[in-house]
Amino acid sequence: MKVTVTVMLKDGVLDPQGKAIGHALAGLGFAGIGEVRAGKIIELDLAETDPARARAAAETMARKLLANTVIERFDIAVGGA
Amino acid sequence: MRAGIVVFPGINRERDMAIALERAAGHAPRMIWHRETDLAGLDLVVIPGGFSFGDYLRCGAMAAQSPVMAAVRAHAARGGYVLGVCNGFQILSEAGMLPGALLRNAGLRFLSRDCHLRVERADTAFTRRYQQGEVFRAPMAHGDGNYFADDATLDRLEGEGLVAFRYATPAGQVTQAANPNGSARAIAGLYSPNLRVLGLMPHPEDLVDPLLGGEDGKPLFASLAEAFAA
Amino acid sequence: MTEVSADLARQFGLNDEEYARVLAILGRTPSLTELGIFSVMWSEHCSYKSSRVWLKQLPTAAPWVIHGPGENAGVVDIGEGLAAIFKMESHNHPSFIEPYQGAATGVGGILRDVFTMGARPVANLNALRFGSPENPVTRRVVDGVVRGIGGYGNCVGVPTVGGEINFHPAYDGNPLVNAMTVGIAPADRIFLSAAAGIGNPVVYVGSKTGRDGIHGATMASAEFGEDAEAKRPTVQVGDPFTEKLLIEACLELMATDAIVAIQDMGAAGLTSSSVEMAGKGGVGIALDLDAVPQRETAMSAYEMMLSESQERMLIVLRPGREAMARAIFEKWELDFAVIGHLTETGRITVRHRGAVEADIPLAPLADQAPLYHRPTEFTPPPPPLEPVADPIGLGPALLRLIAGPDLCSRAWVWDQYDATVGGQTVKRPGAADAAVVRIDGHRRALALTTDCTPRYCAADPRAGGAQAVAEAWRNLTAVGATPLAITDNMNFGNPEKPAIMGQFAAAIEGMAAACRALDFPVVSGNVSLYNETAGSPILPTPAIGGLGVLEDAADAVGLALAPELDLVLIGHTAGWLGQSLWLREIAGREDGPPPPVDLAAERSAGDFVRARILAGDIRACHDVSDGGLLVALAEMALAGNTGARLAAGPAIPPHAFWFGEDQGRYVAAVPDGEALLAAAAAAGVPALRLGRSGGAGLTLPDGLAISLVELRAAHERFFPDWMGSPGAEPDPGG
Repeated sequence: MKVTVTVMLKDGVLDPQGKAIGHALAGLGFAGIGEVRAGKIIELDLAETDPARARAAAETMARKLLANTVIERFDIAVGGA
Repeated sequence: MRAGIVVFPGINRERDMAIALERAAGHAPRMIWHRETDLAGLDLVVIPGGFSFGDYLRCGAMAAQSPVMAAVRAHAARGGYVLGVCNGFQILSEAGMLPGALLRNAGLRFLSRDCHLRVERADTAFTRRYQQGEVFRAPMAHGDGNYFADDATLDRLEGEGLVAFRYATPAGQVTQAANPNGSARAIAGLYSPNLRVLGLMPHPEDLVDPLLGGEDGKPLFASLAEAFAA
Repeated sequence: MTEVSADLARQFGLNDEEYARVLAILGRTPSLTELGIFSVMWSEHCSYKSSRVWLKQLPTAAPWVIHGPGENAGVVDIGEGLAAIFKMESHNHPSFIEPYQGAATGVGGILRDVFTMGARPVANLNALRFGSPENPVTRRVVDGVVRGIGGYGNCVGVPTVGGEINFHPAYDGNPLVNAMTVGIAPADRIFLSAAAGIGNPVVYVGSKTGRDGIHGATMASAEFGEDAEAKRPTVQVGDPFTEKLLIEACLELMATDAIVAIQDMGAAGLTSSSVEMAGKGGVGIALDLDAVPQRETAMSAYEMMLSESQERMLIVLRPGREAMARAIFEKWELDFAVIGHLTETGRITVRHRGAVEADIPLAPLADQAPLYHRPTEFTPPPPPLEPVADPIGLGPALLRLIAGPDLCSRAWVWDQYDATVGGQTVKRPGAADAAVVRIDGHRRALALTTDCTPRYCAADPRAGGAQAVAEAWRNLTAVGATPLAITDNMNFGNPEKPAIMGQFAAAIEGMAAACRALDFPVVSGNVSLYNETAGSPILPTPAIGGLGVLEDAADAVGLALAPELDLVLIGHTAGWLGQSLWLREIAGREDGPPPPVDLAAERSAGDFVRARILAGDIRACHDVSDGGLLVALAEMALAGNTGARLAAGPAIPPHAFWFGEDQGRYVAAVPDGEALLAAAAAAGVPALRLGRSGGAGLTLPDGLAISLVELRAAHERFFPDWMGSPGAEPDPGG
């Protein structure tokens, strides 16, 4: 079962990379861009077939390793082939 | 001084650290492979710089979960001394042994140049050979050294005197220009509450030989050697 | 199944005559895998088919040379039982297509060439040429290349200690990324690539094989068309973390007696490593591709043989050492697989899924490789330069020159390279004419430099080739080192054009003359041809990587000026403005012949300077090169944050004296100028007094004073202004 973990910096944490991307996009002439934030997506292919248990497992992985909860938050999406 | 250097795959400043420790102590430190868990008999455990496990997820994240870190935590809990430099500081913060986190440098580029550090207190085992307020030069070489913690944590660290070093001008002023990576409150190094765990980003171990540009980093190692003499 | 034909062979880069030779060797139509093997082995990149006849002219021997060209890297004896192993190699084409990964994998590849011979890498350098800063593409390329070099070198923990950067519109579509690695090994523990021992196991170690960069070697041998953008997916991705593990694991295995032969899988991956190892050893090799560690599913034999996945090595082990070797690689969490054995057939046979996918006799694959005596047309000598008047005066010209892209501070670049890891860097980038790296546990140190002045080479390839070698020798000398040997990276355009082949031949001739006169042999090198985009070639760029040795690292001098010293110019000044930066930047002209190199004068001036440095007479030393004397003095002043008061020069026009680029010259800062002048006179070396150091600015002979603050502002602004806000592209780790 595919599980997708999205890791983003928490809202209060400065994201210079997102800022630079926004700046670069504006430089390329894209108008009307508000805040830009950059994060990571981690795709896991789990042997687990029960969605609830897969989500719980991914959540433990995210807390323990995939995200640093001092500075990052994460979202988990379960599903797909 | 009985010192050991923890080596994770991808660590690359272990030899620099060994040279500095040997110059100060007169004998070579023990090299500890990351799968070892026996740190008995060591006064000081050092986690040196490099790119542990490629620093691929976040700097230090995977090393912080490795078996030897449980042993390092136990060593610290016994009152043992720990020094983490650069990647070592990142690993200590990822392991929760020091608060906060090291973010991407504010300029988004790896920075390898000399910086100046102001000694915030000279009464610890790491700094007794410096003077309080003294400024020393140290090479920095990192892409993720921008210290972050929330304001409450920063206030607590300052209130409890746990800031070890700040980025400063050669004259000792803390300015924005002298803070190369954008660290909160110009923090370059931090102590644990018992002052026995120190993490810092720059590399005093690379400045212990006049031939290589100076001996500014030497007092840190001399302090440790003195603290553990006898 | 793809039908193999002359037409397909042409698409693979084999011309009809070459394909006919393949048919004759095999006596049948090749399989797709065999066609792939022939096409990469006979590509310009692997066969040197256009350059071989000329490269033979270069001197390669000296008493201190242990292994010259022909091995993975050159090896020289540096005393105390130690050898220095070094090479420079290009990664030009990949760096244009994908600057970050192209440069990163260039660093990774050259590191493997060096540690595969048993050396721990101790220093990296890089010689970079970019297009015009006005071209918007250039900024992206510079950003990616610098990040890529730093990203890889910093992570593997090898300090990047030196190099050079030039800009010229001729490199707009063809930047040059030439990476050099230097390593140290015990002189009696050098590992070579010739396979031996019928039946011995052939072992694959490192990363798994994927479909990376298939046909990279043939891409590097064909001129860029407008479709370079579409070739993006074939670029390899580097993994410096795995490389670091591979270094440690290989060095650990090398401390045992297990290895018969070892070679990295570089361009053309498994094909070139297996063919070259077996070919050099005069044995056959049988490979079983089912055993190759694979990262992707359903890979064909063709794809596995041609893959350029990075961080892989091929090793021939002594019998019975497999388990011990496997344990080492598993400790470092690297793949390890026995994928074949040596045979007495003299053939390479490749099996995959029960079928023989290739069966080629090795001797004709090597011996009948194409060798071309391509037509040459020599560059006509440029007409002499008539006297050029000075339009703006010395001070304004100095400020403009040191602010320009070719002479400005490179701190923005160096700050992104870890120069101190390893704890042995005595002279960091910008501190001296050559980088100085001490050898761990010894007093001895290496001096390292890269040099080439492409605009000289374009105007007169022979003089330019000689100048590149002489400047490398001079830069090593200026720190006090004894120059030992060079590696060369020959970057040129399309060799099928007689004018390009003429540049190549003449540059080799000039280099060979300089190497002989200076006892400075070539021990390794690399040729990169077809550096053209839409028919427009790069400037001829024979980049030279020089290596020298200091018996005591403490003897090394830098270029930083200290107060209260006499400034003495060593070497003769005629005031040569042809092809000078002053002529280009101030007079707006790129013409005239480049400065000639008088090799006898070069040698005597250099030997004199080195002797005075080692005697302790000279406190700071800087060679006079791009920009001339006043630029050299400004660089010394800025490095030492110490000014100087300069006296009037001899009776030639002041701009020609202060900005001419006459060769074979050094500025020495000494406590006793009279004594140095007397010693020079006794040695028959021209010398004259320039002035005295001190103060907070440069006072020019015309009375104009320029403060160090103003000088520094001009010198340091280009890169930060040009690169502006931080880039958005992430680079891994830190």
